[in-house]
Amino acid sequence: MGDAVVDLQEVGYVVAGVTVLTSITLQLEPGEVLGVAGPNGAGKTTLLSVVATLLAPTTGSGTVLGATLGTPGAKAVRPRIGLSGHDPGLYADLTLSENIRLWARLAGVPERAADDTLARVGLAGAADRRAERCSNGMQRRVDLARLLMLEPSLLLLDEAQAGLDNSSEPIIDALIDRCRATGGGAILVSHDASRLATRTDRVETLVDGALGR
Amino acid sequence: MNFWSQALVIARRDLRIEARAGEVTGVILPFAAIAVFVVPLATDTLTVRLADLGWPVYWLVSLLFGMSVALRNSATESPTQRRHLLLLGVDPVARFAGRAGAAAVLMIAVMSVTAPLMVLFYDPDGLPPIALWAGVVVLFSTGLAMLATLAGDVTVGLRARSMLAPLLVAPLAVPLVVGSARAVESVGRGTSTLGPLMLLVIADLGLAISAIVTAQPLEEATT
Repeated sequence: MGDAVVDLQEVGYVVAGVTVLTSITLQLEPGEVLGVAGPNGAGKTTLLSVVATLLAPTTGSGTVLGATLGTPGAKAVRPRIGLSGHDPGLYADLTLSENIRLWARLAGVPERAADDTLARVGLAGAADRRAERCSNGMQRRVDLARLLMLEPSLLLLDEAQAGLDNSSEPIIDALIDRCRATGGGAILVSHDASRLATRTDRVETLVDGALGR
Repeated sequence: MNFWSQALVIARRDLRIEARAGEVTGVILPFAAIAVFVVPLATDTLTVRLADLGWPVYWLVSLLFGMSVALRNSATESPTQRRHLLLLGVDPVARFAGRAGAAAVLMIAVMSVTAPLMVLFYDPDGLPPIALWAGVVVLFSTGLAMLATLAGDVTVGLRARSMLAPLLVAPLAVPLVVGSARAVESVGRGTSTLGPLMLLVIADLGLAISAIVTAQPLEEATT
């Protein structure tokens, strides 16, 4: 239990009187890829935010990368967590290159590596284009490039394939393969369980904030 | 990456975005210049000396347009962008310092353009030495930038944010306006500038301490 990448015990999350997560117990072992499927509003994004240490559980307990959730120690593992959600979070007025270089600088990664990663996702030719002039798919690829560059130990992908064409599939595969190979872990969430089945070791279903196979 | 390096990266990000978006240079600055120019047109110069209005108009314009600079849309981060910064391990206080620093630089630019216009249109008595004016502008801009950035963070995600944030800033900016106005006026009156400058310094320090204390909980609460 102590070696699990993620270990949640009876975790619940309530906000403004609304119960979003109820008694979630799950473990993610090193090298494992977990899928979480569920309909809209099931609490998938909230679950990822809890695992990413961005939200503290209101009940239960858990550890992520060895750090206890809801304690100051949890903040220390944040740079080892890679989260990609619905919104790529690019700065519209900055170019794709400037966006990824900004993250690189803050993460202490050489800018050359940032440029290389942009090339890896096939966007070297659009590096000097402002984000606001790029399609959502291109912006999503930059977000995936960010994760490739940061090499997180724990990968959290929220509807990773949304807005991406088939040419982006190898990027997601590369991210997952790296996590497996380095003994990290990955959690992929989607409303479509069939999309998760091919990439994950097991799929859990989340309905109304509660897990059930 | 240390605190100041993080703050510098954030400040450069905001200034680069402003350079592209042009909200300050293309919108706020021209309107601030027009505001300085409009008052003499609307004033009955037979009963009011324009020279007496110069500095009050200058500080009023600086306050109103300074708030616009700090609260401009291009300085607003989306929840996802804030999450990215948190996961990169960026210190919330460094993020605050970077954003307030960038806003202060832009405010200083606006005040540097409106000051000669004010002197041209109003011809106020007893101009302060440039060094004193520059020092006051830096202290005023830094304080107002911190205050507006803080107000922006407190009201993040609220539907009435665009209205609420200026309403929070205006009354709390009184010490900054009073300190700045008194410091400049003291030259004409021949009184000491020490008291008003101390008021500005204390106001800035108080705001800096408030930011240090609240940055972390505010960031956690709004992510």
